[in-house]
Amino acid sequence: MEAYISLFVKAVFIENLALSFFLGMCTFIAVSKKISTAMGLGIAVMIVQAITVPANNFMYHTLLKEDALSWLGIKGVDLSFLALLSCIGMIAALVQILEMVLDKFFPALYFALGIFLPLITVNCAILGGSLFMIERDYNFGESVTYGIGSGLGWALAITVMAGVREKLKYSDIPPALQGLGITFITAGLMSLGFMAFSGIQL
Amino acid sequence: MSAVIDDKQSILNDETKKVLIDPLVSNNPITLQVLGICSALAVTSKMSTSLIMALALTLVTAFSSAAISAIRNHIPGSIRIIVQMTIIASLVIVVDQVLKAVAYDVSKQLSVFVGLIITNCIVMGRAEAYAMKNPPLESFIDGIGNGAGYSLILITVAFFRETLGSGKLLGYEVFKLTKDGGWYDPNGLMLLPPSAFFIIGIIIWTVRELRPEQRENQDFKIMSIAHGEEGGHH
Repeated sequence: MEAYISLFVKAVFIENLALSFFLGMCTFIAVSKKISTAMGLGIAVMIVQAITVPANNFMYHTLLKEDALSWLGIKGVDLSFLALLSCIGMIAALVQILEMVLDKFFPALYFALGIFLPLITVNCAILGGSLFMIERDYNFGESVTYGIGSGLGWALAITVMAGVREKLKYSDIPPALQGLGITFITAGLMSLGFMAFSGIQL
Repeated sequence: MSAVIDDKQSILNDETKKVLIDPLVSNNPITLQVLGICSALAVTSKMSTSLIMALALTLVTAFSSAAISAIRNHIPGSIRIIVQMTIIASLVIVVDQVLKAVAYDVSKQLSVFVGLIITNCIVMGRAEAYAMKNPPLESFIDGIGNGAGYSLILITVAFFRETLGSGKLLGYEVFKLTKDGGWYDPNGLMLLPPSAFFIIGIIIWTVRELRPEQRENQDFKIMSIAHGEEGGHH
């Protein structure tokens, strides 16, 4: 249990997907102008991440890994090179299914998150999470923890960023630095803040 | 043979040049279109990894644009994203496998970022915005151009981060470090992730200072009440 808690805290703060691996930066910069939208996107990313990382983990361990097909009686087959293609396919399919399920059973949630779901398929934080899971060889339990943790970390980062940007409009910034430039520098300062967690030993 | 050369010259007309050179500064994918930032930040702590990454992304963008453009009239609109993604993912797998075979160390350092070329917005963006509407050759050149614009930023950032952060460039010594009896005390911040944000921020600032047309419209303006100027409010 302790290992899971430490993995969770590590995924949220120390190895924050947005601020220490720069994943999902395009949406991070583009959709962080208002706290409410940023939070909506953050929650959507968290849900998708919590579903796709374990799903990809399951797929990787039962189909793609070296000798993973031995339950079918096929030995010595290593399909791990197909991981990239299968992961993105899995993500695209799951996001589509999630969209349909939300539309059918949770219309209120669908209206809140629906517009973000197509964006999420091409969000590198989602694919990155799955690829990190493969690279670090997490088991199923760890992958569930990592999926939720890394999604929460991303959601936290984008919400904080939106909060800062909402206040930023009251400041007098040189015209050439307006918009994108100052956003980058703000993200840098936030990332510097998150570096403070990196000294924590778990 | 001469026909081939003639063909080449006719290819390099003004339109092509524009497609090739525009993305370098005046329509740079990173600083203006805000695409493909993730990897631009993550792999730039060393020049060698950035060069490989830049090359990989340029090749993938160019070939995926060409391939998508070649079949653009046969892709049904409703599933075009997944078709584009399959083509891009297959190309990325090729690049990934080649890197693992030829330059294993670099491929280990790049870690998941080669795989993340799949979701790199530049590749998808060019496929969607340009390749779906233009013939293969132009799309190929457009891919090269945008890849080059991305590479330019990547290499600039890596240049500052590696020289200031470790006093080296591509592994060769540029500034002699204090710990080896030299004069340069390396700036550790440059090797940490935040420095990439600062450097890109400063690059954007510089570019927009030089090219005012790229500046963003201000959402809010500070009113200058003292002078009673018009249009201070929004």
